[in-house]
Amino acid sequence: MKQPIKLKGCIAILAAAGFAAVAHADPDEDQLTVNGEIEMVTEVDAPAHMENLDTIYSGWRFRSDETQAFQMDDFDNPAMIFVEAAAETWDIADGFEGKSCSSCHNDIESMAGVRAVYPKWSETAGEVRTLEHQINDCRENRMGAEKWKYTGGDMAAMVGLISSVSRGLPINVAIDGPAQETWEKGKEIYYTRYGQLELSCANCHEDSYGMMIRADHLSQGQINGFPTYRLKNTKLNSVHARFKGCVRDTRAHTFKPGGPEFIALELYVASRANGLSVEGPSVRN
Amino acid sequence: MKHLFSGAVLAAFAATAANADTVAPKDVVFEDGAVAASLSGAAGNAQEGAKIMNKGAGNCIACHEVSDLSNLPFHGEIGPPLDGAADRWSEAELRGIVANAKVMFEGTMMPSFYKTDGFVRLGDAYTGKAHEGEVAPLLSAQQIEDVVAYLMTLKEE
Ligand code: HEC
Ligand code: HEC
Repeated sequence: MKQPIKLKGCIAILAAAGFAAVAHADPDEDQLTVNGEIEMVTEVDAPAHMENLDTIYSGWRFRSDETQAFQMDDFDNPAMIFVEAAAETWDIADGFEGKSCSSCHNDIESMAGVRAVYPKWSETAGEVRTLEHQINDCRENRMGAEKWKYTGGDMAAMVGLISSVSRGLPINVAIDGPAQETWEKGKEIYYTRYGQLELSCANCHEDSYGMMIRADHLSQGQINGFPTYRLKNTKLNSVHARFKGCVRDTRAHTFKPGGPEFIALELYVASRANGLSVEGPSVRN
Repeated sequence: MKHLFSGAVLAAFAATAANADTVAPKDVVFEDGAVAASLSGAAGNAQEGAKIMNKGAGNCIACHEVSDLSNLPFHGEIGPPLDGAADRWSEAELRGIVANAKVMFEGTMMPSFYKTDGFVRLGDAYTGKAHEGEVAPLLSAQQIEDVVAYLMTLKEE
């Protein structure tokens, strides 16, 4: 089994070879099965719309063995504490309609398959919607409850719960028909070099995945694992919060979580994972 | 991820801007990607340059490996290793590459360290907020000279 590059190995190689022959730490060869039963596709041919990559990989393949292990069993996955809390929320009535999620949707298992197709065109809204928008739409308009903060804890936990029942299913977001315009806009954002460092998503996650940037082993920046529990901040992190962090790190003026630019970007980035398994809630460093 | 570049760029800029011989970012003349004369009008200090290669405003080793700096952890792999850079490039070429690598290497991922315009959604450092007011380059003229002086020490032959 190939090991992902770690600091110690790295320094040893550097010292021995005088830096000359440092190979790129490609995704490792590990395979992901969760709870001994959910087989995850972490590597697959890139979808036809992708021009510059032949193979797509889950971010899990770029993490250390230690970080990977957290995600292999729900008892070890710290994200599951949040998911359990959301499972309780699912049945608790909120808002002036006196309804809970389960009043309309019954069991959480009824949500199997949903995570895999979002963001998605909403006929009623006449726009592309993320799962977060859909959840807030239910809260406001069907429950008469307060909206949750887009990247807040309640929201991330509920998205985590809804993702968890789709684990193992292939991501399959639609990019044609009415969604196409939004997808094109997301693609443009993906390839724009923002900020004073003039870096695009593609610079890091398409041109340089597998390489180290300072202490970070760059993945393809896929979102099939979201929400992610990060060991670094010990909470569930939503897609738009991650986008915001990456844009901020180019010394750029970021976009607003939940806003039209990040919705478009999410649709585009999700489509780059079409074929990989839904992994959320995953564990990353 | 860690911030690629941070530090008191503004202060450094203000300090060197006082020097009458400083060439402003917009006035730098590139010839085949190279810049002939010192941007600050003064010589560079290689020791200061070595510091800039690490964290802070330069953070060159985020993307480049440098054996001479192997005491520092975490060198990146995005750009070529800089060992022997002075054998491959002249001082003027190195100055041009550090000031604005995109002139020498079209479309390169390497940031332009002595440039103040043409950015898309320029932020206020790493706050994620919009930038307001005058734009300081990532490195001051003297810092560019210091880095170039350090790169000139990277000889293998
Ligand atoms: C300067 C480099 C850089 C740029 C530019 C950048 N990222 Fe990232 N990104 C990182 C690093 C480093 C990580 C953490 C390691 C990893 O998973 O690649 C990361 C992680 C991610 C992740 C989490 C992946 C996972 O498996 O959990 C996503 C999603 C992501 N980036 C998307 C984006 C998008 C979208 C953009 C553009 C808006 C972008 N990134 C721009 C450096 C960058
Ligand atoms: C975000 C990544 C990144 C950062 C940060 C960066 N560089 Fe580079 N650098 C590159 C890449 C990529 C190249 C290769 C040029 C190309 O695109 O073909 C390069 C090329 C170079 C070269 C020519 C390499 C050779 O020996 O042939 C020098 C010298 C250099 N960089 C110096 C620096 C210095 C000094 C700094 C910091 C002040 C720095 N770089 C910061 C990415 C980076």
